[in-house]
Amino acid sequence: MQKMNITSSPHITNTDNTSGVMLDVIFALLPATICGIFFFGFHALLIVAVTVASAVVAEYIWCRAIKKEPTLRDLSAIVTGLLLGLNLPPTLPLWMAALGSAVAIIVVKQMFGGLGHNFANPAITARITLMVSFPTAMTTFVDPFVASDAISTATPLSGSQQIPTDITGLFFGNYPGCIGETSALLLLAGGIYLVLRKVITPELPLAFFLSAAALSWALGDDPLRTLLSGGLMLGAIFMATDYVTSPPTRWGKVIFGVGAGLITVVIRHFGNLPEGVSFAILLMNILTPHITRLTTCKPFGTEVKRDEK
Amino acid sequence: MKKGESILKPFGRVRGGVRLPHNKTTAEAESVVLTPPEKVIISMSQHIGAPCEPTVKVGDKVYVGTTIGDTDAFVSAPIHSSVSGEVSEITTIRMPAGNEVKAVVITSDGEMTPDPEIKPPKVETVEDLLLAARASGLVGLGGAGFPAHVKLKPSADKPLDTLIINGAECEPFITADYRECMEHPEDILGGVYLVKKLLGIERVIICVEDNKPKAIKTLYEIASDKQDADDKVKLMKLKSRYPQGAEKVLIYSATKRKLPLGKLPSDIGCIVMNITSISFLYRYIQTGMPLVSKRITVDGNAVKEPKNLIVPIGTPISYVLNQVKAENPEKVLMGGPMMGIAIYDTSLPVLKQNNAILAFTGKQAESKPMTDCIRCGRCMRTCPMGLTPAGVEFAVKNPKLDELNALNVMYCMECGSCAFVCPAGRPLTAVMRLAKNEVRKAGK
Repeated sequence: MQKMNITSSPHITNTDNTSGVMLDVIFALLPATICGIFFFGFHALLIVAVTVASAVVAEYIWCRAIKKEPTLRDLSAIVTGLLLGLNLPPTLPLWMAALGSAVAIIVVKQMFGGLGHNFANPAITARITLMVSFPTAMTTFVDPFVASDAISTATPLSGSQQIPTDITGLFFGNYPGCIGETSALLLLAGGIYLVLRKVITPELPLAFFLSAAALSWALGDDPLRTLLSGGLMLGAIFMATDYVTSPPTRWGKVIFGVGAGLITVVIRHFGNLPEGVSFAILLMNILTPHITRLTTCKPFGTEVKRDEK
Repeated sequence: MKKGESILKPFGRVRGGVRLPHNKTTAEAESVVLTPPEKVIISMSQHIGAPCEPTVKVGDKVYVGTTIGDTDAFVSAPIHSSVSGEVSEITTIRMPAGNEVKAVVITSDGEMTPDPEIKPPKVETVEDLLLAARASGLVGLGGAGFPAHVKLKPSADKPLDTLIINGAECEPFITADYRECMEHPEDILGGVYLVKKLLGIERVIICVEDNKPKAIKTLYEIASDKQDADDKVKLMKLKSRYPQGAEKVLIYSATKRKLPLGKLPSDIGCIVMNITSISFLYRYIQTGMPLVSKRITVDGNAVKEPKNLIVPIGTPISYVLNQVKAENPEKVLMGGPMMGIAIYDTSLPVLKQNNAILAFTGKQAESKPMTDCIRCGRCMRTCPMGLTPAGVEFAVKNPKLDELNALNVMYCMECGSCAFVCPAGRPLTAVMRLAKNEVRKAGK
């Protein structure tokens, strides 16, 4: 008798897979990455290369060390490294960038069990770790098209006084900031690509944008500047939408987005930190399991059942 | 239905679901009657409910339509010989689910002589209809195999107002119901009018997915000509979205009523019948020939000549596959690719409720490689019942009853949508089955 392949139904699946999802995220980030390198020069390229490479190496070493099949093929380490690189200032020493990747992969991701098991976004947490450890290096920004050893400038957000930068500059990314977070235009394009490819749904970023804009308007700031400056675009589109650390439900995503938007503006307006997006996302990451539980929908047909009781 | 009357749009839309590749390559393949095999193996359990006991012994002469298995149990349906010839063996066979059932093996004389005692039943009252439905051996031909006479039995405290005819056929590849619409539309309408009249049902909704426009047109044209003075028989064009033909989903689309867990459609005033079932019931009342053959779509990439075959019940699957020149299939399914069962032994016979045999080879016989869950939430958003398959997968590793109950696993109808969309290739539908078993075990 011929040997038959026996599986449980369904016997067909779609062609999506984890590495395909990650590849889409990498594609979506590429324009903003190239733009950042174009604005901030060769050192920016080095930083991104170092974060990606060290993320991959860290994942490989960890998997080998704990005798687990290396999970490099799912490309998630590359995404983490790339996101971290884009979140770093273009003048950062390379060893700090490498350290950040190691923290992201080993401490935040693998120690909790690897992809799908971490409770906080690795890139965000690594950025915060670097920020707390090396506050000066992490807040030293340069004007675009200036060699990286030139005199540093404040980002439009740092300090209590905002440096006037025109909105068009903010929109195209021609202002001092982290490597990948300055060009709102290309980040938005990447976000639209992800939505069209159905990698992410638009609820979370939209809720993030709207709540941040609304609160900053209420506080008397310029809502458009709030949206376009700092890491808000990158954070809302690429970091907050991380599958593992955001709620999978539609209303959960809305709550996450609103919460992160409000916390961002509160930190930016009242706090003395230059940037609030990372902390806002990290705080919402921690709340994610609770938000998910609150927003999980009732099974089909339960409404009728309740009436009968 | 009156001429010029537009076709109904769905009244409700259930969340989630998936868009599947249709692969209805056999849609325009007219049914071909299969040359009967030398031997048929007729299982005594071809329905939900009590299995039948053989009523014949080895050496008995049988004809097409002779009753060979019956039982006193209410939820059951008699079984008939599908060929004429001699009972050569009464044996047990192992079904794909692992259970053993009795089976009657009949060696055909090649004549296919109908039983001389067969005559059309007299159907004038509800009781006549129920008796006829039971005697015909009819079970739900959509796949579940629920005995039709049980379904049709009216109950005093549950008035029925809607008859829903399920012609959704949302599984890929299968075109057996579609062929019924194209080849016997009069029988479908005839059955509808008869059941409507006898059961005193107010309205009938014949539901067909919008990927079968020809079937809708054919039924519409026939229905317009038929007598339906008070205009209570309607056609509904459903959106082609899997699992549109699942009972709960279909009832919601057709009536906007939600079927609660553990309830029957009759509890909310509905009765759902497969389109081929109602057509068969009408033919039985005209001819008296019980359910002895079944139209089956034979397709898949291992099949050289995909076809719709009219197959005597009990024909070994290997015989059917030989007839369509299937070469070295690596995976053979009874039923559609979403809910069908993969069989390990092609000598198993065709059952009443089978509507497809699919044979695959190469890549299509393989499954997606499995990686870790990335918590994308697609399974949750896809589940038409609003469940959390990924959460169940985690919970079932160390099953605790209250946890599984909190996840509402019993709502799962195993449609397979979650596993279809999972990018990590997790066996989510299998996990749901495991969880349901755990809950059932605890209930005992």
